Amino acid sequence: MYEGIVQDLIDELGRLPGVGPKSAQRIAFHLLAADPADVKRLADVLVEVKQKVRFCQTCGNVAEDDQCRICRDPGRDPTVLCVVEESKDVVAVERTREFRGRYHVLGGAISPIEGIGPDDLRIRELMQRLADGTVTEAILATDPNLEGEATATYLTRLLKPMGLRITRLASGLPVGGDLEYADEVTLGRAFEGRRAVDD
Amino acid sequence: MYATHLSLHDFRSYAGAEIELEPGITVFVGPNGHGKTNLVEAIDYVATLGSHRVASDTPLVRQGAGRAVVRVEAVRDERRALAEIEINPGGANRARLNKSPLRRTREILGLVRTVLFSPEDLALVKGDPAGRRRFLDDMLVARAPRYAGVRQDYDRVLKQRNTLLKTAGAARKAGEGSGGLRTLEVWDDHLARTGAELLAARLELVNTLRPHVAKAYERVAKPHAGNPREPGAAQIAYQSSFELPEEPGDREVLTAALLAEVAARRDDELARGVSLVGPHRDDLVLSLGPLPAKGYASHGEAWSLALALRLACFDLMRAEGDDPVLILDDVFAELDVDRRARLAESVAGAEQVLVTAAVPADVPEVLAGARFDVANGEVRRVLRP
Repeated sequence: MYEGIVQDLIDELGRLPGVGPKSAQRIAFHLLAADPADVKRLADVLVEVKQKVRFCQTCGNVAEDDQCRICRDPGRDPTVLCVVEESKDVVAVERTREFRGRYHVLGGAISPIEGIGPDDLRIRELMQRLADGTVTEAILATDPNLEGEATATYLTRLLKPMGLRITRLASGLPVGGDLEYADEVTLGRAFEGRRAVDD
Repeated sequence: MYATHLSLHDFRSYAGAEIELEPGITVFVGPNGHGKTNLVEAIDYVATLGSHRVASDTPLVRQGAGRAVVRVEAVRDERRALAEIEINPGGANRARLNKSPLRRTREILGLVRTVLFSPEDLALVKGDPAGRRRFLDDMLVARAPRYAGVRQDYDRVLKQRNTLLKTAGAARKAGEGSGGLRTLEVWDDHLARTGAELLAARLELVNTLRPHVAKAYERVAKPHAGNPREPGAAQIAYQSSFELPEEPGDREVLTAALLAEVAARRDDELARGVSLVGPHRDDLVLSLGPLPAKGYASHGEAWSLALALRLACFDLMRAEGDDPVLILDDVFAELDVDRRARLAESVAGAEQVLVTAAVPADVPEVLAGARFDVANGEVRRVLRP
């Protein structure tokens, strides 16, 4: 244990995701040794980010205004909606430059263990967005793990009666990988999701 | 297959140990508490990613050390492979195959195969259904490592679903809305799908194992001078938590049946807050002649049956073209002279047999082979004149 404020800093850092007690200690001592101006800049950004950043009222993505950059962009296709768990998933899909539609960020996935049910996700907002019939395809891009799949199943049941096209991202082999190195689950899924090459 | 080298670092009582092994029979002899079992436990850990003695990894790491490393070099079809596992309690374990790291620890499964006999096996006959389910699932994974994933998924679905049942059930009792009920159907779906996969595999395994168990029991319990009575025939049967459809081999049919059963038990499940249908409620029923083994079998019969179950696994793996390493951990001390002899006869032909015993005289003559003395954490090869 260190004295007062140093231990406070270590404790706070240790609360961050992916930071264990040892890393927290290392970061704390790095900060103590660093130039005061550098540390001040970090502290300012931390305060500012909480003040300035809000969530887009339409899609739930991080934004500096009421609406995020993508929702404001008139060039984006309003008929295709990509449903993701987190804002960072938006960034991931954007990096592909393949998708020109719009997004909806749920804010997580259904997980009873963590106490997250459908009411804790932005599903009501999603239903409202879909109500006017502009969107003709919803792409369910939740994570390919148990909770993500459960969320996708739930949304599929909910959206099916609305008569729009519902798609799920393909899961399978990584591009540029070797078949022999793929694990059995991934390879098994890739087999299930195989497609004919002549159409 | 057989192991040629075992290397331990901070595993159990060993700060470090390097042991050269050979195909054939090897006996580890030493007083109790000096680390015999730790050696074979390490080999079994690399094969199953679990210990037959403890559920958590913490006791596997030497007191005061942060992590343990186990390396097993094995030869299979004349090819050498080095499997390496770093055990980090509280963190993720790491595995390396031939020095290159694997993305997931469980990808190491299937490289080293073992069938382990231990005093704990008696619980297969006398203990709770959970032990017998674990027996079946471990065997599934040993035959097809893919099932390690299925098993893990099923456990996770079950945990999620049980949590939901508890909160939804409590909300219903309090007269609040049925918010949780809407998502319950989603978890029903996943429970049925993953459950059906596990269930279908277990049913197939029990059918394949059945003749092997009957034969192995005959071998271990045949009449002898001390007890000339003919033994009853050993039978195994899978007992499901619901009535199985006529074609339980078909996964689609099984999924549908599970779903229907889950729907029928909805009220009951909500009231009790646990999942009442699925492979986690099933059992493997063992019987001798017309009577169930549990409650009716004598101590000796129970031991014979437990040995028969393990021998059946060994025979099945062998029949499928893969000779596993046979480990007999302290079992001879538990058996009478006749059973000792029968067990020894049954296993003497295996490609590699590792035996631990406190008293050398407990080990039948047939199993004479290389010998190591284990005392105070030192493992020393005993050279015979």
